[in-house]
Amino acid sequence: MTRITIGPFNRVEGDLEVRLDVESGHVVRAEVTAPLYRGFEQILEGRPPLDALVLAPRICGICSVSQSVAAASALRDAMGCEAAPNGLLATNIAHAAENAADHLTHFYLFFMPDFAREAYASRAWHNATAERFTATRGSAAREALPARARLLETMGIIAGKWPHSIAFQPGGTTRAIELGERIRLMSIATAFRVFLERVVFADTLENVLSIATASELDGWHAGRAGDFAHFLGLADDLSLARLGKGPGLLMSYGAYHGLEGELFPRGIFGRRALIEPLPVNQITEDVSHAWMRESAVDPAHSTTVPDPDKPQAYSWSKAPRLSGQPIEVGALARQAVAGQPLVTDLVSTSGSNVRNRVIARLIETARIALAMEEWIKELRLSQPFCLEAREMPDGAYVGLVEAARGSLGHWLAVRAGKIERYQIIAPTTWNFSPRDSFDVAGPLEQALVGTDVGDAGSRAVAIQHIVRSFDPCMVCTAH
Amino acid sequence: MSRSDGMTNVLWLQGASCGGCTMSILESGASGWFDELRQFGINLLWHPSVSEQTGEEAVEVLEAVLEGKLPLDLLMLEGSVARGPNDSGRFNMLAGTDRSIYRWICDLAPRADYVVAVGSCAAYGGVPAAGSNPTDAVGLQFEGSDLGGALGATFRSRLGLPVINVAGCAPHPGWMMETVLALTQKDLSATDLDAHGRPKFIANHLAHHGCSRNEFYEFKASAVSMSERGCLMEHLGCKATQAVGDCNQRSWNGGGSCTKGGYACIACTSPGFEGVQNFLETAKLAGIPVGLPTDMPKAWFVALAALSKSATPKRVRLNATSDHVVVPPGRPANKRAP
Repeated sequence: MTRITIGPFNRVEGDLEVRLDVESGHVVRAEVTAPLYRGFEQILEGRPPLDALVLAPRICGICSVSQSVAAASALRDAMGCEAAPNGLLATNIAHAAENAADHLTHFYLFFMPDFAREAYASRAWHNATAERFTATRGSAAREALPARARLLETMGIIAGKWPHSIAFQPGGTTRAIELGERIRLMSIATAFRVFLERVVFADTLENVLSIATASELDGWHAGRAGDFAHFLGLADDLSLARLGKGPGLLMSYGAYHGLEGELFPRGIFGRRALIEPLPVNQITEDVSHAWMRESAVDPAHSTTVPDPDKPQAYSWSKAPRLSGQPIEVGALARQAVAGQPLVTDLVSTSGSNVRNRVIARLIETARIALAMEEWIKELRLSQPFCLEAREMPDGAYVGLVEAARGSLGHWLAVRAGKIERYQIIAPTTWNFSPRDSFDVAGPLEQALVGTDVGDAGSRAVAIQHIVRSFDPCMVCTAH
Repeated sequence: MSRSDGMTNVLWLQGASCGGCTMSILESGASGWFDELRQFGINLLWHPSVSEQTGEEAVEVLEAVLEGKLPLDLLMLEGSVARGPNDSGRFNMLAGTDRSIYRWICDLAPRADYVVAVGSCAAYGGVPAAGSNPTDAVGLQFEGSDLGGALGATFRSRLGLPVINVAGCAPHPGWMMETVLALTQKDLSATDLDAHGRPKFIANHLAHHGCSRNEFYEFKASAVSMSERGCLMEHLGCKATQAVGDCNQRSWNGGGSCTKGGYACIACTSPGFEGVQNFLETAKLAGIPVGLPTDMPKAWFVALAALSKSATPKRVRLNATSDHVVVPPGRPANKRAP
């Protein structure tokens, strides 16, 4: 048996170390390390609760709106108040822009460049893939980066700037939108749709979303232009559906909260392909393999204190569990729980894997592009965008949202007008968790086991695909 | 640059960072940031978010720089330097290398023609240094507003400059790219930096300059709660009259800025901005904001404020506490046109 260490693991958000035990060219055990700790939960303790609106988004530069929305949601729970309907809509529009921008960044900058590597030089598709997706030099980035920047102009109108805005408040958003700005938002959403239809899908969003089964998808992509079909072609050739199996359980906290529930509902997609309610009180965090001192397992009551010399520990990340089990989160989980037909069929037939994770992300991008158009129309321009903040009584509160990469929760305890405790469980904390006290590995650790690395060792491209298929955000993971 | 191939080698590393500075700079360039870099002859030796090389391929690049085999024009660090626990740097290891970012940075910095701190974390410590500073986070050459930091007060890069601090959280993409390009063209010297190492072309302005709420400021017509149109200084914590940066003379994400977005400037370009509590509430003493413009006699400010408050047009007064324009500009109906 040989042990290989891979790091710095780049083209993820933040840094990552993966250690693999390899026998006869196959991974038999994996350990995943979050190598950065900054101490946000410690920093927030003792501060006025509203300071979380300034500090929490700064956990993460790629999903700062998600962190803002989670903090605002926890504070709204503490105030026992509602947000202005316009504020919810404006939040959804900005959040959708960030999530779609993240999906694009993942696909074009983080994930696809690995297929342009020399390791694939012998494949029939390699020349075209290298021309299109080679890191920093491929032609795709020349289209994707300006499209991303244009989409993020949504933030200039709703949120002042991105990343790190303070526009997302418990009572709504801080800037009322005027008619000219609504039209500009529509123009941004239209430009985004045009980019998706021309460059990503080479088809209308409506047609893409009408694909209901895995076999319809196979028929749709044969001979089609566009970057999604490009991916599907090489995914078939490389059997990416057989790579990186997830733990089987998928979770979503529910995304894009509106007056009539969520666009994508909350729930669990179980091993029998049934959608079940989410028992929020069954969420725990285990620190047996984290450089952290023991504390309560319930995030509503736990604190974070580093213990850098702890034996057996190998990550700054805690190990979140739902009813004691590791669980996968992300676009695949969100769309499976939402019952999106294609994703449901894919997960039911081949489970969670590298190919399905990427498909779900792009299908979701099409869905939120359409939803953005509707939310922009629904803004009632003469109505308020933000309601007044209220006092926060002592107590324990929670804000649960979906970031691009999956379920994000902020647990807040208030005492005498100050933050007594603040706990954050981020999407990649779930996906890239270390082992728990029963020695059960986290989702990525499980997904890596069995991977054929051949003689390539630490340079095996399959490992790159599996890790990046989760779109990890390591800066969120240990925060 | 001076080298024979005419290319500028840039190495970008992330320390105790959120990655937001990278997310911001990816908005730069009409045909994308990568094209923009190429157009100016910049060769990205390695960047954690965008380069192909991973694992040992990436370490080979870093080792080649350390050994002097790869010349390094610009070393750019995003994120603070976590020195803890006990000066070991273990809160922030560079994965796969068994070495902390703290150590990598101290070894690499003397190799670079210029060292650039990207964002307020790399410049001064920033948000990770807030409160109890759990990781002993500092900037490259400052610890808050004190010289020192990871590299020490006397550090100079190969071409004799201290660390150049592109402060901001996150900085405007233009601040970062213009600094990089000015250095590429040898167009930025030590005298172009202010006392906190910030390029003066950014730091000679105040965030207040060009604020769209200017008329409300003139009349001290103030917003009282979030989303109102009035000046944010009197009640809602705005520090734009004290914070450096040409924030309101640029467009953020196609036309925004913090104050345009409806919330206070939190002085994110200033060392120690993260230490404040109650960011969105103005600290006051006897009803007067503590943080008045730094170079104006306080008594004058108070006198002028009282005078302008009493002269405030009804339009400005009413619009200040509304989230929509409730009184449009124009001559009151009872006054005849000239």
